Amino acid sequence: MAAAIELIGITKRFPGVVANDSVDLVVEEGEIHAICGENGAGKSTLMKILYGMLQPDEGVMKVEGKEVKFASPLDAIAAGIGMVHQHFMLADQLTVLENVILGAEPTRPGGLIDFDSAEEHFRRVAESYGLTVDPNDLVEDLEVGERQRVEIIKVLYRGARILILDEPTAVLVPHEVEELFRNMRELKEQGATILFIDHKLDEVLEIADTITVLRDGRTVATVKPDEVTAHDLAELMVGSDLPTPETTESTVRDEVALEVTDLTVTDEDGTRALVHSVSFDVHKGEVLGIAGVEGNGQAELIDALIGVTPPASGRIVLDGTDITRLSVRQRRELGLGYIPQDRHREGLLLPSPIWENAALGHQTRRPFAKGIWIDRVGARARTEEIIAEFDVRTPGVDTPAHALSGGNQQKLIVGREMVAEPVVLIAGHPTRGIDVGAQAAVWDDIREARRAGMATLLVSADLDELIGLSDRIMVMLRGRLVATLDPATVTPRELGAYMTGANTEEGAA
Amino acid sequence: MTTAPTWKRIVLAVAAPVAAVLVAMLLSSVVLLIVGSNPLRAFADMFEHASRLETMVDILNRATPLYISGIAAAVGFRMGLFNIGVEGQYLLAAIVAAHLGAQVALPPVLHIPFILLVAMVVGAAYAGFAGVLKVTRGINEVISTIMLNAIAISGLVAFLVNRWQSGGAVVGGVGRVGTEPIPASGRIPNLNPLVELFTREIRQGKTLTGVLIIAVIVGVVFHLLLNRTRFGFDLRASGINPFAAQVGGVPPKRMVVMAMVISGIFAGLVGMSEIMNLGFFPANPIQGLGFTGIAVALLGRNRAVGAAVAALLFAFLDVSSGVLQFSGAASREIVVIMQGIIILAAVIAYEIARRAREREEAAAAAEAMVGERGEAA
Repeated sequence: MAAAIELIGITKRFPGVVANDSVDLVVEEGEIHAICGENGAGKSTLMKILYGMLQPDEGVMKVEGKEVKFASPLDAIAAGIGMVHQHFMLADQLTVLENVILGAEPTRPGGLIDFDSAEEHFRRVAESYGLTVDPNDLVEDLEVGERQRVEIIKVLYRGARILILDEPTAVLVPHEVEELFRNMRELKEQGATILFIDHKLDEVLEIADTITVLRDGRTVATVKPDEVTAHDLAELMVGSDLPTPETTESTVRDEVALEVTDLTVTDEDGTRALVHSVSFDVHKGEVLGIAGVEGNGQAELIDALIGVTPPASGRIVLDGTDITRLSVRQRRELGLGYIPQDRHREGLLLPSPIWENAALGHQTRRPFAKGIWIDRVGARARTEEIIAEFDVRTPGVDTPAHALSGGNQQKLIVGREMVAEPVVLIAGHPTRGIDVGAQAAVWDDIREARRAGMATLLVSADLDELIGLSDRIMVMLRGRLVATLDPATVTPRELGAYMTGANTEEGAA
Repeated sequence: MTTAPTWKRIVLAVAAPVAAVLVAMLLSSVVLLIVGSNPLRAFADMFEHASRLETMVDILNRATPLYISGIAAAVGFRMGLFNIGVEGQYLLAAIVAAHLGAQVALPPVLHIPFILLVAMVVGAAYAGFAGVLKVTRGINEVISTIMLNAIAISGLVAFLVNRWQSGGAVVGGVGRVGTEPIPASGRIPNLNPLVELFTREIRQGKTLTGVLIIAVIVGVVFHLLLNRTRFGFDLRASGINPFAAQVGGVPPKRMVVMAMVISGIFAGLVGMSEIMNLGFFPANPIQGLGFTGIAVALLGRNRAVGAAVAALLFAFLDVSSGVLQFSGAASREIVVIMQGIIILAAVIAYEIARRAREREEAAAAAEAMVGERGEAA
């Protein structure tokens, strides 16, 4: 019997990055196949290729033995592949049934929607896979787990036999995860093939029949869950090769630059704590690394530190000044620098010229401003300096930011923060998605500023980066700082284990 | 080295609206042919008419409020806000300013600024209300300004016109009802003497509105405010990428309210040319300037100079509709069709120009990268 999916040598390049580098993958019919890997390992790109959202530059895709080329998701759906996205794509104001048939409505002669046959088909699909949802409920009344089931039914309703689930457990609470796993087993029994992305290792080991690990865009291993432990998987995910950056002499000084005490951040409703009573301090000349699997409160911690979301409780002191109640602008003027984790969303004004991007965040200060006016001459001159000093490759200061490559955009952002000589730099995934050369440049920049006394809070999912740059590493798990580790002695494997909760400080001690 | 791309950018920027107008003329010709009119004669009549001094005065008079209205809309657009409420804001501002302006006795140097100030404050307050609703209650400004238009036009203005009505005056041989007349000290004098220094005498009793000067000042202030001040930088940044602006220290809520307030300040001045011309707020004022202003902003790409060209073009078309009717060359409604086609053609042309520009820029950036690598090797 031919495999449900076979990928041979799939390669996908983006300007400056190879997202998938000759990936091979075989998914047998009727199995639950997990894809694991760190952020940026190429999982999402691979899934998008499988679902026809991206086209590979090289390689062959076979579905049930036949070679296929998908120009769009429509082709993938026609081939029996369905995808359940991490972020649900449902219309809240419509019923479950209306959502499921949306875009594939059965019609009666005359163009009216045939709700009766739709509901019959819906019940047939739902019952045969053991998925219980009332088709007449409004989606806005459903729990997250139920919404996910609607998404799965939506895909099955269109005749999918192969399901791609993109981090399905990321949004669920534990009992919903159990329910999902029950559904997944039922689907498997009915002959469906499931491919899912996850990086919670215990979950993967529990549900998967086969596990494929991706790292740096390559498949590094395909294993069976009974052959490996969570430790082994963590090691495969992060790689056992030690980081390239040499451990340099400590530049940590006695003065505390950033002091955070009992900081708690809740979600918008104020019900759930996303950052739970976190305390730490960063000294001048120190790089404090925050490790953690994405979604464990790092983004919320950053937002609270830079002042975008007010904390529910706690205290933030920057260089002796209590900044807990200050605005973003006041914090920045006091010397808080920020390299955002998503440069397109938070870092740049893409259609604006580079000199305006260099001014962003510093537009109240010299040389970018003079009184109430923007100093165009001063701003351009400073931008020229940034371009030269940080090696931003651009035709000029008037080129719009969107024309630059990702690495050059990042160098621009790093440069504009560094020339302001911040007291504390908050760096969120500062080298994510940029090429090796730009990555090394960014690392050098941070190290140099550290020597000059800058304190850095480095939030990253790249373990090499964390171990190579940090003077101290704290691990964030479910909104808490659960361990403090010494980068000189910790291995990526140990770190990975702490991050996934497979290891705890008490257990290790 | 950078001169070639800059030159190309200017060509692209000018080419798009010119192409839009040409396409609109072409398509309008087709419409004219279908209804049995001679497009060549219609266009000839329009241009011939527009070349007369008196018609030019008409065009400028019409363009003045359109331009201010376009700038009011443009302030919102640059911030990513859609202020549809200029219509209600200017009518409310104009009637309050006309009424209060008639109640006070001041020397001209104070009286005129007083009236302008009242109009700006009322416009700002009414628009700012929509901004406050947006940031405190999450109400989309499109919805709230539409509602506020209804309240202002059919409610407040209708009520106030009735209450403050006190006779009006005979203007151009027609008796018009309206608010109490503003004393001469509160009226901006017309520009006829100034124009006549350079040209012949303006006849047919036409006067060129002095508010034209206000419109020019509005354009200059708008340009400087947006492009040269820190505030303008914050506003544009918020419009382009609110998240990046926020982490860059721009308070998002305050910017929304401020942008609406400034839009309202400009909106308040839209009605000035009518009350300065008549000397009172009439019971049947010119309406629709707020909506046409949105089209002016769109065609003028939310830029000071672009909006001026767009306002003049729309004013030319409006004024021409009369002559078409009069000369019998075509029905006056063809002008409305042309305005619509120009907008559609402009949107398409701008998009094509934007793509061409981005290709150009991406190619230049790629060249810069390769060039540097070549040197390094």
